[in-house]
Amino acid sequence: MREALLVLEDGRTFRGEAYGATGTTVGEAVFATGMTGYQETLTDPSYAGQIVAMTAPHIGNTGVNDEDDESSRMWVAGFVVRDPARRPANWRATGTLDDELAAQGVVGISGIDTRALTRHLRDRGAMRAGISTELSADELLARVTAAESMTGADLAPTVSTQEAYVVPAVGEKRFTIAALDLGIKTATPRHLAALGVETHVLPSTATAEELLAAGPDGVFLSNGPGDPAAADYAVAAVRGVLDARRPLFGICFGNQILGRALGLGTYKLRFGHRGLNQPVLDRVSGTVRVTSHNHGFAVDAPLDRPTDTPYGQVEVSHVGLNDDVVEGLRCLEVPAFSVQFHPESAAGPHDAAPLFQRFVDLMEEARSHQVHAGGPAPVVEHTTGENT
Amino acid sequence: MPKRTDLKHVLVIGSGPILIGQAAEFDYSGTQACRVLRAEGLRVSLVNSNPATIMTDPEIADATYIEPLTPEFVEKVIAKERPDALLATLGGQTALNIAIGLYENGVLEKYGVQLIGADVDAINRGEDRQKFKDIVRSIGADAPRSRVCGTVEEAIETAGEVGYPVVIRPSFTMGGLGSGFATDEAMLRRMASHGLADSPVHTVLIEESVLGWKEYELELMRDRSDNVVVICSIENIDAMGVHTGDSVTVAPAMTLTDVEYQRMRDVGIAVLREVGVDTGGCNIQFAVNPADGRLVVIEMNPRVSRSSALASKATGFPIAKIAAKLAIGYTLDEITNDITGVTPASFEPSLDYVVVKIPRFAFEKFPGADPRLTTTMKSVGEVMSMGRNFTEALGKAMRSTETKAAGFWTGAPDNRSAEELLEALRTPVDGRLYTAEAALAAGATVEEVAAASGFDPWFVDQIALVREVGEAVREAPSLTEPLLRRAKRHGLSDRQIAALRPELAGEDGVRALRRRMGVRPVYKTVDTCAAEFAARTPYHYSSYDEETEVRPREKPAVLILGSGPNRIGQGIEFDYSCVHAVMALQDAGYEAVMVNCNPETVSTDYDTADRLYFEPLTFEDVLEVVEAERAAGPVAGVICTLGGQTPLGLAQRLKDAGVPVLGTSPEAIDDAEHRGAFSRVLADTGLLAPKHGTATTYAEAHEIASGIGYPVLVRPSYVLGGRGMEIVYDDATLEAYIAKATDVSTAHPVLVDRFLEDAVEIDVDALYDGTDLYLGGVMEHIEEAGIHSGDSACALPPITLGSADLLKIRAATEKLAARIGVRGLINVQYAIKDDILYVIEANPRASRTVPFVSKATAVQLAKAAARIAVGETIAQLRILGVLPASGDGTDLPEDAPIAVKEAVLPFHRFRTVEGHGVDTVLSPEMKSTGEVMGLDAEFGTAFAKSQAAAYGALPTEGTVFVSLANRDKRSAVFPVKRLADLGFRVLATAGTAQVLRRHGVTCEVVGKFSEGPGNVVEAILAGDVDIVVNTPFGSPGNSGPRLDGYEIRTAAVSSGIPCITTVQGLSAAVQGIEALRRGDVGVRSLQEVHAALAGGTRGGPSAFAGTQA
Repeated sequence: MREALLVLEDGRTFRGEAYGATGTTVGEAVFATGMTGYQETLTDPSYAGQIVAMTAPHIGNTGVNDEDDESSRMWVAGFVVRDPARRPANWRATGTLDDELAAQGVVGISGIDTRALTRHLRDRGAMRAGISTELSADELLARVTAAESMTGADLAPTVSTQEAYVVPAVGEKRFTIAALDLGIKTATPRHLAALGVETHVLPSTATAEELLAAGPDGVFLSNGPGDPAAADYAVAAVRGVLDARRPLFGICFGNQILGRALGLGTYKLRFGHRGLNQPVLDRVSGTVRVTSHNHGFAVDAPLDRPTDTPYGQVEVSHVGLNDDVVEGLRCLEVPAFSVQFHPESAAGPHDAAPLFQRFVDLMEEARSHQVHAGGPAPVVEHTTGENT
Repeated sequence: MPKRTDLKHVLVIGSGPILIGQAAEFDYSGTQACRVLRAEGLRVSLVNSNPATIMTDPEIADATYIEPLTPEFVEKVIAKERPDALLATLGGQTALNIAIGLYENGVLEKYGVQLIGADVDAINRGEDRQKFKDIVRSIGADAPRSRVCGTVEEAIETAGEVGYPVVIRPSFTMGGLGSGFATDEAMLRRMASHGLADSPVHTVLIEESVLGWKEYELELMRDRSDNVVVICSIENIDAMGVHTGDSVTVAPAMTLTDVEYQRMRDVGIAVLREVGVDTGGCNIQFAVNPADGRLVVIEMNPRVSRSSALASKATGFPIAKIAAKLAIGYTLDEITNDITGVTPASFEPSLDYVVVKIPRFAFEKFPGADPRLTTTMKSVGEVMSMGRNFTEALGKAMRSTETKAAGFWTGAPDNRSAEELLEALRTPVDGRLYTAEAALAAGATVEEVAAASGFDPWFVDQIALVREVGEAVREAPSLTEPLLRRAKRHGLSDRQIAALRPELAGEDGVRALRRRMGVRPVYKTVDTCAAEFAARTPYHYSSYDEETEVRPREKPAVLILGSGPNRIGQGIEFDYSCVHAVMALQDAGYEAVMVNCNPETVSTDYDTADRLYFEPLTFEDVLEVVEAERAAGPVAGVICTLGGQTPLGLAQRLKDAGVPVLGTSPEAIDDAEHRGAFSRVLADTGLLAPKHGTATTYAEAHEIASGIGYPVLVRPSYVLGGRGMEIVYDDATLEAYIAKATDVSTAHPVLVDRFLEDAVEIDVDALYDGTDLYLGGVMEHIEEAGIHSGDSACALPPITLGSADLLKIRAATEKLAARIGVRGLINVQYAIKDDILYVIEANPRASRTVPFVSKATAVQLAKAAARIAVGETIAQLRILGVLPASGDGTDLPEDAPIAVKEAVLPFHRFRTVEGHGVDTVLSPEMKSTGEVMGLDAEFGTAFAKSQAAAYGALPTEGTVFVSLANRDKRSAVFPVKRLADLGFRVLATAGTAQVLRRHGVTCEVVGKFSEGPGNVVEAILAGDVDIVVNTPFGSPGNSGPRLDGYEIRTAAVSSGIPCITTVQGLSAAVQGIEALRRGDVGVRSLQEVHAALAGGTRGGPSAFAGTQA
């Protein structure tokens, strides 16, 4: 059994056993409280640059399969578990998680007191950390403190597709959208496709012109890793889309980008929301949805009143009930809305999936306005698209 | 939505006596509900017939009615109390059925009572199996193919369509009563006819078998804004085919991917919405085909259930409490999560630990009962454990069950071959975890064990992991610190390690080594959120991990050891005493620290004690808790005398380990429990015991029996609930008994006592502080001595004893308590024969009857006992008002109401291997699972109420069948004649009829079972008999009169009619029938009764009668 070390930037050290690949890795230590869905978590691009500690003690029980990946590869910087499965037991399993982590070069550690780690991060905030199967604690700490912080990190381009691609609609195609890939998960176009939406996925650095070039019915902003304050290119593209009055829906990182495009601020949460059990109040319907979260940053907006922005008023549509964090925005004067959580779930509950329908409804509405106005509104031509 | 303002007064219905399938968990949920409603400013009235509950404590509700849970009596309470609303979803199936009854017969409408937390149509949709399946299919989910059948023929036709094996499920029964699998037509015929009889609506579901599929449960909650959350997922290790109550279960689910889990969650939520569960909790069961993942919905319970109690304890999310709040109008997001104090209840708990539940069975109590586990629940209790991984939780759960073996390698080795073990694994029985480990040890592979047992390979692999760790411990040249730590991380107890390493000088040696190496547990917190938010409630479990979360404390702590899993002989009554001790010690300025492993109880509610440790009640686990608390602050000591035999058995070892044991000393306990020492106690006090001796061989036993004369009562020493106790009339039976008692040794001899035939048996609960005695109550048994006191009905105040007798009893009790050195409670059983008082036994601890006595006399004995344990005196407690200022249970007012306790027996749950009922005769071996109390101004009415509460009302007219043993014929003539005079038609066997006719009783002769067609068994099964009187005679065997009696009694039980097996019971029943015929049975709240007892303004007989509806 090879030993491994986990060292946090404040010096706290956990000694455990190597899990997955051997070697050394550094990243931001965060904890995720989902009890299922480790395969989806590992392949979620939003976790890029992060050492993810799973609070559920048994990880790997269902092995890995060919169907549940959320992207082409695992993105986490490192993986921390307490009790890795010795064998998978599930009819869909094609291999063990341990082997898959090793094959994808994910350095992990097992057998540590993950609850102690979680309490530490909860009380002191997410922080830089390193896992190593080869360095001493001091050497590893030096590597950790030399690493870049998540604040200011621009990670979306590192996880985004380099080439545009299309995910066709299932059945009759009703709408076409452009999706800005800031770290998109496969579940998102899948949900849209089921509603008759063809998704054109574009790289994270796509401009407004590029997003609108094909004349899509709407634009989608995906989830993604990093600090939204470091993604001005995406903010600029979104402003272009808002100017075009094209229906827009953003999730997670996309919510933060929309917020910034509207002129709102974003800030880093102490330890973030990462789990599948987060209660969010939909302030319009008054209902509570249990939602899937993965965010370390959040939008700063007043909860008690709409905010005036260059695109008209915007209100906070969703609030996290655990800590009153802004979990969604709704523009009152342009066809744009966003949520901080994951309606595509994967992993997580499906309570928020109807939000994709809301996006479709918004596009439907926009289309009927166009019909009433006598054909497609030439909004693209009228926009300056130069809001930077 | 905020609280409804139109509700001012809510009636809560409890679940009645503890039964298999409906046990202490409903005391937990009902107590929570009452507390919540009162905290919200509502008046709460409560009906529950079970005196052994916390919920029937007078301070829990505003008006507490210990009355039978029948629609008739509940209507009387409604008429008297006039509540606005009825909450019936927290009292199990019993409460729900009564509520539906009162709704359907128009009583709720008549009195303007709203049903809250439930919707009758939704309940019907959830419980009517066909409607439910239609709903499941309508939302696009799958269910096993099936049909509801009203006749046996229809059932057979359906089985032909879906193919054998088929499942039989009677509609509207609880705990899966009457359910089972049939593999062929003959089996189906028998089971369907039983099932049709068990179902109150006389239908059964015949269903495609999903035997061997993986079984899951979800606990969900919904509020009136349609917010739905899943509180917990539970995975059964025992596959489909074993009732979930009898299965080893794990939370959260261990072998589902997110895709599969979310599919289950979606289906569960859709079903809940479509069924239309109003607000509150609901449990849905699923089966998953391990080969292809096909998910089918099995059933739902639209109410708080046993599983929801488990889920509450497993997650820290108090389902019953929240359900009560939802019922009065709150929504989930308006309710704060108690544990974090800041986040709302509208979330789904995340666990960073693993929970294992293991059921506890009592097959040894029912000789001949089929031990196979089926879809009919048979377990009498359960344990839960938590660990930071599955193996740790499994090890803790296995040792919590208090069976002979306390985890792998601690029992007798199983030397069967791998083939034999694999074959054995195919039949679900108790203890298959041990068999699985033995099979792996014998060379079977994980796959083979998984295939044979139906356990998921992941669980089998975990057992293999424990086995490998065990082997490493066994094989290592020396036990190193890393190896020891690894063993502890995988749940191995010191005792298990000692079994693997004989050179370590036993458990104590392992502990010494472990402590030297610094391998000690830490204590984690159950916080609902996997540490995402700080927890305010100190609800802890141990783990061999790095960081402990026990907070320092200033106040001195007292640890109260609970009673572990419910079992026959050690049930909820002991939990009641423990909870009272918690309250009393908090009042006295201590921090009360509870240690227990039973998820069904009030004591393991995180709200009950100041700190809760959910831990096995073994010496190792308790000692570690003591050490952890000592590190946190001052510890005054440990109370071992309130939780029954389990903690009592730890007292001496804890004391030897330097832990202060509060109350009666372990040495004093030993004096009372060891026959030799107790003989000296009796000699010193000048009290008499029936002649007796102790034997370790048949020769010795024979010599004693010859000396004192048959019949003799034989039993092992150190037992609770009369385990292994028998009355023996001859040498042959005595020899057979000794041969059967395999554990007989010098350390565990067999006790042989003279059996006092026709004596009156007396039970006494008293307090002693070293100076004064407070005699709590004297209970007179209705059945003669020889029936276990736990199974015997009894009356308080005693109905035939005079004050001279009471003074004699008081004096004897005082002498015993003083000589033994009691500091707290003592229970003494006496027998009076020919005016001579004999001491049967004395137990210096809380007894099963403490709650009954406390409720009947309005004096809370367990609270006083806890205060005495920490040094207060009876004189001080009288001044403080904990005990009455003067007097005690021997001088109750003349017109004090009569309380009758009746036992409830689980015979109908068990069948022999051949499918027949098991015998229902009472004996010195306790068989009852619970009890009820009937309370009224006079004995007849109180007894009638107790019968109505336990078995349904006594008939006031109709046909009585009488078959008497010769010795009973003389004494039974008068009561039978009285029944005839009241207009009952009398059927009797020939011999009995002859005697009755000579005394002028008109009766018809009916044949015995052995006499062929037209016999009494047929008449009973045909519904032509309303009450059976059958006193057993002859020795147990397979033929002759004993068998006749057996057939008669099992027929009575399966027909659900009263079956009286003693003459004393018959006399009491006659008085009860007379009282019922007078028709003036009323209800009166415990608070009124207690006020009358305390205030001297006695209620008198009219206080009950005047309240008639």
